[in-house]
Amino acid sequence: MRIGVLRWLKENLFSSVFNSLLTILAAILIVWFLVPTVNWAVLDATWSGGPEACAGAQQEAISSEIERGACWAVIPYNMKRLMSGSYPVDQTSRIWISLILFVGLFGLSSGLFGGLWRMAAAVVGGASVLILLFPFSAVTRAWIVAIPIALLFTVIVGHLLRRSKIAKRVLIFLWLLSPIALGIILSGFSGSELLPAISTRQWGGLFLNFIIAVVGITASFPLGVLLALGRRSKLVVVRTVCVLYIETIRGMPLIAIIVIALIMLRLFLPGTWDVDDLIRVMVAFTLFTAAYIAENVRGGLQSIPKGQEEAAHALGLSTFYTMAFIVMPQALRAVIPANVGQFISLLKDTSLVFFAALLDILSIGLNILNEPQWPGPNKEMLIFVALSFWIFAYFMSYMSRKLEKSLGVGER
Amino acid sequence: MKLIRDVRFLRVLAQVVFLGLVLLFGYWIYNNVASKGVVVDFSFLERTAGFTVSDAIPHQRDDSNLQLFFVGVVNTLRVIVIGIILASILGLIAGIARLSKNWLINKIAAVYVETIRNTPLLVQLFFWYIAVFLQLPVVREAIQLPGEIILSQRGLIFPRPYGLESWEMWSVFLLEGLLVGLFVFIMRRRHLRKIERPGFPLLWGLGAFAAIAIITWFILPSSPVGLEFAEFRGFNYRGGLQLTPEFAALLFGLVIYTGAFIAEIVRAGIQSVSKGQREASGSLGLGPLQTLRLVILPQALRVIVPPLTSQYLNLAKNSSLASATGYKDLFGVSQTIRENTGREIEIILMIAGSYLILSLATSLFMNWYNRKIKLVER
Repeated sequence: MRIGVLRWLKENLFSSVFNSLLTILAAILIVWFLVPTVNWAVLDATWSGGPEACAGAQQEAISSEIERGACWAVIPYNMKRLMSGSYPVDQTSRIWISLILFVGLFGLSSGLFGGLWRMAAAVVGGASVLILLFPFSAVTRAWIVAIPIALLFTVIVGHLLRRSKIAKRVLIFLWLLSPIALGIILSGFSGSELLPAISTRQWGGLFLNFIIAVVGITASFPLGVLLALGRRSKLVVVRTVCVLYIETIRGMPLIAIIVIALIMLRLFLPGTWDVDDLIRVMVAFTLFTAAYIAENVRGGLQSIPKGQEEAAHALGLSTFYTMAFIVMPQALRAVIPANVGQFISLLKDTSLVFFAALLDILSIGLNILNEPQWPGPNKEMLIFVALSFWIFAYFMSYMSRKLEKSLGVGER
Repeated sequence: MKLIRDVRFLRVLAQVVFLGLVLLFGYWIYNNVASKGVVVDFSFLERTAGFTVSDAIPHQRDDSNLQLFFVGVVNTLRVIVIGIILASILGLIAGIARLSKNWLINKIAAVYVETIRNTPLLVQLFFWYIAVFLQLPVVREAIQLPGEIILSQRGLIFPRPYGLESWEMWSVFLLEGLLVGLFVFIMRRRHLRKIERPGFPLLWGLGAFAAIAIITWFILPSSPVGLEFAEFRGFNYRGGLQLTPEFAALLFGLVIYTGAFIAEIVRAGIQSVSKGQREASGSLGLGPLQTLRLVILPQALRVIVPPLTSQYLNLAKNSSLASATGYKDLFGVSQTIRENTGREIEIILMIAGSYLILSLATSLFMNWYNRKIKLVER
């Protein structure tokens, strides 16, 4: 039923005296806040060029005694640094290859499993085509174009193979193998010509945030499930250890755990082992997230009626089989929203590696912000960093909502 | 039955093996640490700290490390307590706004929640500090808000109340007023329960307390409380309640961040009460305010309190990001002590211990409140 504009206005904005007052007040506040912001961010802004372009705009503003516009030019100027830190420029093809492999796996999953994978693949494909519109160099554009091509190709292959059970098993195996493969591609071997070694100290930018998030998510999930099972165990010792671990980790802030991991992993390992900082940080994130996943899974396990377990036992299934094939699938499905929320937090919390002196996109952004060549402390940089996180976090929470709806979580 | 087939034996064996592995692991770690010549020794706590923390309770350079650590703890508690109160208020307002039928208010709250929730807290803290509080005008051109509130690069200044001569007498009256208010509250509640009608005993109690406070204020020969306004003297403002930009940025960042999460929790809680409840209470003749107070809110609170506990705990833990704005909280102070004394394991234990105690205390309080309001089932 279509409602006319006037009627809509009356019902939604002016339905009562109180509401009308609120609407007017809100409208005034919005205009008061939005107009100068839009002026700053869009109308008076400098979009491209180098430091000179922004310095020029600053001079103009000073001479005409107005506020200078936003200096968005700082972002494309520093894009490579923001995205991959000090990764050697001639080796960035490896990052692109890893990304395309990842996208390829994604496409295969979408073709083989269908459903929501397909929607996610569509969004990724659409986004990569949109990104092509931004001013990137020809080389970068060539790589970006490869993404939807790889996606399309693997989706078709997956779709063709969708009835094969072996293909599905192979895909799961490939997913499990991917972190190792990615690690090898990205860090290389010393002395190799094809894949020269690149120290993890040079990994940086948004790429670093992703690597930490992906490793954290992949490693913390099985650990969390084990901890949840251990916490419910009838064996007192196992249960106590698990409870102590979970409650201790959950009581501490992530930054404390990162610092503790940095210090302890140096002290607690024998002198000859040296673990580099990135691995220590990944360990910290994994241990932290695993405790929260454990609590979520515990909640899921508690929500399964005992009748399921009893029925399974009555059918002759051993404890392991009931857990693995009856209880766990239902429990994990029930806590998907909570777990995805935790993974979103993990992605956002990767910005905390700032305190571990690792150069992620936030640290690099802050360094650029303070560079003297750009006029004034650069809030545009912070806004860009916030936006990069926002896009992925919003995408993940959107997919989570769609997933919840499709699985009927909370409706039965 | 053969021993190896007995489940009880297997259970005990499994636990013994597991415990053995854990102890072996612990011993291996202990060995590694000892072989590096590191000993756990807490005597550094009595040594002179050699540094001070700006923006904290009064202390000196030659206070011991333990006292400086305590200063850090007090700083953290300040942020947490004020933060929880303000974030709850903000979250409540935003949550209710999200449920409003007014499209504009609804969308404003939605934009607020969706933007803040999906951005990292650290980025927001830096934004508040660098892009907002440090951008305030210099002291000479400070912004003056009504009520003598002054905003400048050096921080926010509010007028501060302080006690005058008759303060002692008035505080005695206040105490008595408190007891009278409590008495009135209990008597009114008992009466309402006897006649089985809803009412507002809390308002009666507060009203009695307020009445006594106001009457005794005017009886006294002079005002017991004065307001100290900041005065511009020399190069800066003196007096009044001063909040440094570091503290203000941390507080604003934490409150706005946590408020967005609390808004979603409040919204989910109120939405969890089925529409039928509202309709039923309406058909029983209860007005909107009564419905809200007696039917909706108690049920909504049951859903709200557990996730709210987590958010309060998150705020307490997120206060550790204070070094982003330069505010020295417990974490920042312990890092300085660690750099000065080089004692790493002991500092780790102190940090972990403090946060654990903090989390435990908050959890205990919220669990007590949760037990009070939860569904009594058979």
